[in-house]
Amino acid sequence: MTAATGAPSAPPAPPRWLRGDTLGRFAYVAFCTLVFVFLVAPIVVIVPLSFNAEPYFTFTEGMLRFDPEAYSLRWYREILDNELWTRSLVNSLVIGVSATALATTLGTLAALGLASAAMPARRLVMGLLISPMITPVIISAAGMFFFYSSIGLGQTHLGLILAHTALGIPFVVITVTATLSGFDRNLTRAAASLGATPLHAFRKVQLPLIAPGVISGALFAFATSFDEVVVVLFMAGVEQRTIPRQMWAGIREQISPAILAVATFLIVFAGLLLVTVAWLRRRGRG
Amino acid sequence: MIAPGRERFRALALVLPLLVFILITFIAPLATMLVRSVHDPVVADALPATLASLDGWDGEGLPDEAAYEAIARELVQAREDRTLGQVAGRVNRVQSGLRSVFTRSARSLRDVTEGPWRDALEEIDEAWADPATWHAIRATGQRFTGRHYLNAVDMQRLPDGSVARQPEERRIYLPLLWRTLVVSAVITLLCLLLGYPVAHLIAHAPERRANLLLALVLVPFWTSLLVRTTAWIVLLQTQGVVNDLLVSIGLVGDDGRLAMIYNMTGTIIAMTHVLLPFMVLPLYSVMRAIPGQYMNAAASLGARPAQAFLRVYWPQTLPGVGAGSLLVFILAIGYYITPALVGGSSGQLISNMVAYHMQTSLNWGLAAALGGILLAGVLALYLLYDRLVGIERLSLG
Repeated sequence: MTAATGAPSAPPAPPRWLRGDTLGRFAYVAFCTLVFVFLVAPIVVIVPLSFNAEPYFTFTEGMLRFDPEAYSLRWYREILDNELWTRSLVNSLVIGVSATALATTLGTLAALGLASAAMPARRLVMGLLISPMITPVIISAAGMFFFYSSIGLGQTHLGLILAHTALGIPFVVITVTATLSGFDRNLTRAAASLGATPLHAFRKVQLPLIAPGVISGALFAFATSFDEVVVVLFMAGVEQRTIPRQMWAGIREQISPAILAVATFLIVFAGLLLVTVAWLRRRGRG
Repeated sequence: MIAPGRERFRALALVLPLLVFILITFIAPLATMLVRSVHDPVVADALPATLASLDGWDGEGLPDEAAYEAIARELVQAREDRTLGQVAGRVNRVQSGLRSVFTRSARSLRDVTEGPWRDALEEIDEAWADPATWHAIRATGQRFTGRHYLNAVDMQRLPDGSVARQPEERRIYLPLLWRTLVVSAVITLLCLLLGYPVAHLIAHAPERRANLLLALVLVPFWTSLLVRTTAWIVLLQTQGVVNDLLVSIGLVGDDGRLAMIYNMTGTIIAMTHVLLPFMVLPLYSVMRAIPGQYMNAAASLGARPAQAFLRVYWPQTLPGVGAGSLLVFILAIGYYITPALVGGSSGQLISNMVAYHMQTSLNWGLAAALGGILLAGVLALYLLYDRLVGIERLSLG
């Protein structure tokens, strides 16, 4: 082994002991590859299976031969023709968008307040605001079931919107607070000294700068609502069934490849979210 | 410059709407549930006179005629008010068999207009000559009660007022709680084993490759939980992709297909998959901050790779190991969806028992008590997390 020279290396560069073609290096890379396969393969496998022409959950011989006959869009057609699925999509969007709008507005305002050094009882308030993320969802769902039905909001869209807003709020508060911690307060002071009203300074100076954080928070909140099933399971009636609720029923009762078509749609959606958040993060940093 | 008092007022005014919103839409529901775990007025509301006449009862032998008259009238009344089912259900949980005694008695008593009530009741069912029936009524008649919590830790209150453990074969919840903790620990360990090398690889890869690899970790993080669960069902079921693959390469015979799902194995595999990103992300952010020169220095001083890793690298990653493990463990003990869908009967955890009592047995008091215990455990772990890591630094992809 050669002695290390004092050559400075950037932190992300691989350490010396991992360079070179040793057996250990090979085992390490092979192991990591397997873990990546474990992470991604289950999700990737779903996509081709959703084009299965047969009602099976595994690759038919025809599919393996890439016989075009073995592939079809029948499950996609089945979903689009099925009123249960289309209605659940509408429900998911209505509940998700409303909850996101509420959570983002309230959450951003609160984060602005929390960022102030003058905020009293900051830790306690932060703890309360984050509690919906911490509490196991089965407990939230049970409590919400008791409470919302006792005030007449059980089995209503409004009840679910309020419940999902509560679940999404921690994500907005956390992301916006994080963005604000990098915000230079002198900018709003400068705006004020130039004669801007506080509202004007917020709209023209602060909001554009923290916008990436606000949008990421909103996306987190929407993703939370769009994927939430336990609260829906406890609180929703037939009229409020969402996509995850419909998938839950499909998995529990009769699992049909139609579910895989919905899943493929959700995977594409998740990919879009991932790319958007990564892009926002880079912008927020730059 | 704004005056400090005004600044304080402004901060409060900004936070207040959300605080009120959360208190109403979230904290109040939690409080409702916790109240339910100790407060159960159904029997007390339905049988007030009966309970009043039991005040003078010494608990030995049977109560006097007044108690029989009261219960006879109130059972009929409860039947008319449609609360009989709830009352009978609660008494039945203390003394099994009483549900049918109550419903049958209330039905037969419609035609009885005058006493002696004790004879009438004993004629309908012999249970009325058993002091245990009266003990059960008195026990469930308390508005505020600890019996749901006792139940939730496999204990019971005996008629003489003392607390004892349930007989061995009736202990359900403590073993389940223990199983939840063990399974969560196993999942945490698996996540650490799988996640540590991966986080290391990403942290020390060149920037472009690191971003790509990080995206591979984040794909499952952003993908719908139900999609991931569906994926595991498709892969692991007996006629699924993995078994087909194993059969086609001859590793297992067609009749020897492995049962990898709808049991504890399924729960562990699927939950490890779901929680792995929560381990990788904190590890990654800690490892990125470790300068590569440290390991080089160790090597140049003659340390073998394993030695350098154990003495130099590993200790520096401990904050990440702690944060990731604690987070995964906390998420695991409260997990519901995955065990419910792929756990079969052997792969259920404590959350699933809460759901069972909410939806199937309708023993909401017990569900609330189990939930209360779970909540207390999770909160304690989060306080620890807050101490060690800081709660607002929870990584969100």
